[in-house]
Amino acid sequence: MSRKITIEPVTRVEGHGKVTIHMDDAGKVSQTRFHIVEFRGFERFAQGRPYWEMPVLVQRLCGICPVSHHLAAAKAIDVIAGAGTGEGLTPTGEKMRRLMHYGQMFQSHALHFFHLVSPDLLFGADGDPAIRNVIGVALMHKDLAVQGVMMRKFGQEIILATAGKKIHGTGAIPGGINKNLSVAERDSFLKGADPLNIEKMVSWAQGALDFFKDYHSKNKELIDDFAVFPSNHLSLVRKDGALDLYHGVLRAVDTDGKKILNDVDYQDYLTYIGEEVRSWSYMKFPYLKSLGKEKGWYTVGPLARLNTADFIPTPLAQKEFEIYKAYTKGKVNNMSMHMHWARLIELLHSAEVIRDLLNDKDLQGDNLVAKGPKKKEGVGLVEAPRGTLFHHYRVNDNDQVEMANLIVSTTNNNEPMNQAVNYVANWAFNGKKEITEGMMNRVEMAIRAYDPCLSCATHALGQMPLEIELLGAGGIMLDRKRR
Amino acid sequence: MADITLTIDGKTCKAKPGQSIVDAAKENGIYIPVLCNYEGLKPAGTCRICTVRVGGRFMAACTTPVGEGMIVESGTPDIEDMRKAIVEMLFVEGNHMCPCCEKSGNCELQALGYRYQMLVPRFPYLWPASQVDASTPKIFLDKNRCVQCLRCVRGAVTPDGKHVFGLLNRGDRTAIAIDHALASKMTDEMAQKAMDSCPVGAILRKEVGYVVPIGMRKFDSKPIGSDIGQ
Ligand code: SF4
Ligand code: SF4
Repeated sequence: MSRKITIEPVTRVEGHGKVTIHMDDAGKVSQTRFHIVEFRGFERFAQGRPYWEMPVLVQRLCGICPVSHHLAAAKAIDVIAGAGTGEGLTPTGEKMRRLMHYGQMFQSHALHFFHLVSPDLLFGADGDPAIRNVIGVALMHKDLAVQGVMMRKFGQEIILATAGKKIHGTGAIPGGINKNLSVAERDSFLKGADPLNIEKMVSWAQGALDFFKDYHSKNKELIDDFAVFPSNHLSLVRKDGALDLYHGVLRAVDTDGKKILNDVDYQDYLTYIGEEVRSWSYMKFPYLKSLGKEKGWYTVGPLARLNTADFIPTPLAQKEFEIYKAYTKGKVNNMSMHMHWARLIELLHSAEVIRDLLNDKDLQGDNLVAKGPKKKEGVGLVEAPRGTLFHHYRVNDNDQVEMANLIVSTTNNNEPMNQAVNYVANWAFNGKKEITEGMMNRVEMAIRAYDPCLSCATHALGQMPLEIELLGAGGIMLDRKRR
Repeated sequence: MADITLTIDGKTCKAKPGQSIVDAAKENGIYIPVLCNYEGLKPAGTCRICTVRVGGRFMAACTTPVGEGMIVESGTPDIEDMRKAIVEMLFVEGNHMCPCCEKSGNCELQALGYRYQMLVPRFPYLWPASQVDASTPKIFLDKNRCVQCLRCVRGAVTPDGKHVFGLLNRGDRTAIAIDHALASKMTDEMAQKAMDSCPVGAILRKEVGYVVPIGMRKFDSKPIGSDIGQ
């Protein structure tokens, strides 16, 4: 008898989504889908509003990583305000924004690893869901839970000092920034009482990475064999090929490491990237036009970034990058669980970048804003914690936005997440009569690796208890589980 | 002329003849909230947020001159609740999305909302279909946020006496409007002045925004009225 399994909502991800798994008469998985079932429509809200409002307005679509939206919009608006395409800002403007961005990256990656992922590692995929969560981590591995909280706090304090607020600040304005970093603020990060200082953050980031590597050495099967499938990878890289999370050119590589998008200017992204709409999801499916809808999908985020970048421009992270690359003999890494590894290398890199920036005198400069002849259209990209984030605006003669298009990281990862779900469902569910908690969690683990932010992917936010239904042919409910 | 003596909420105050109750209160360290009243402009008494009770009758404290022996009630619970109701009405009659409004932190309406601890208005939202007028070179006029205080109408006047702003229509259709011909000749200074005089985020200067960082804005650390008194 054919049946349909629904996992709703997916837990320990940001926002609300559901998974359906259709099984045929023979008990084989016939179709899997990861649905995003919320909708908000910020692209419409933006219309008619003045362009300088975008960085503050559009970041409201998400409370998880608003800084990414704030900065991507600001970069697009820089172009419109005549301040160039990422390189025209004053040193203080550019570096303050970078500090804000890496602060955000640091706190987001820390939260994801310590609070969302570590339960799976510490308690196992089949662990009791009652403790397989952040509370369980807090009770049984207090040191890790505390580190997670404090690292998040440190990153948020950086955001506060640069954006004016921990969530939904106003720091980035057209052509620059509205404040510099005072010496007192700088010193609070450089020499703050333990643990809230940058040296501690660097060492904790290194510690998290060592924890993961140790876990990996003991759990090779889970980390190396879980949800592995060929994919293209896309991200920004610095012009010289270095990892750069704030600005760069667009690069994509295929599963063999061949460059399929060769360091192009992202102002022309529409030449290279298309978006497909499918009826069962509010989330669009982006693809590389040169490869077409079928084959052109790509992965973004930490795994992709470490596949596209040639090196990491900070010493500790570069050392880890070399170890990471050596593990796949320099080849493209398609192991979904290695996303956690890559994310932790970026966590360490972010801490190092923050340290370098704090020691840079340009942050105390007074020249905050650059300006030039206005333009009608601008595109802004950043590497958000979850991957490449596109903002694109066009304005009319009255300075009003007449078109806004956003491709958020999780949208870029739409097809890869669907692929991962399909892979895990086939592997875990095929021929099984009964659905166990562990099987359900494995599907979620595959999605969780992408750290999806479903709220911003559909520009919405929500949370519900997990529900799973087993439907027989004709829609008759055979089994139902809730947690 | 000799000073006038009056009491405001039981406090004996000295005032000058012809002075409004609002100004007299201010000089005596008593804050009476205002929204349409603005230094340098003739009082208009349009918003009624300064309503006080004199001899049992409600009056606008910005347009009522002081009188000898006057007994003024201002901070009583019923008057304060009435003021709160006015603030609530102003919110529901417009479309106010403070989270992304550039005036946030510098906005007098928002500051009054905080003063009166307005959480949810007691009136239903009207969601008026207001427009923006972005067609002049220096000003972005967002009618969604206008509280019709007429500060701009009174204040933005050309040297030959022409008004840059005016009201259109009547009753609940009344809306602020800008004279396009006059506005096209506005300088940056005039635009900035108009923006500064607007108590809310209805008049915005084009191309700039959010320039003052959070923490340094007018009401970030000093609630409205705290520079005068309670
Ligand atoms: S004008 Fe004032 S009350 Fe209205 S949205 Fe702006 S800040 Fe809020
Ligand atoms: S635009 Fe501003 S100043 Fe003019 S009437 Fe409206 S609220 Fe008052």
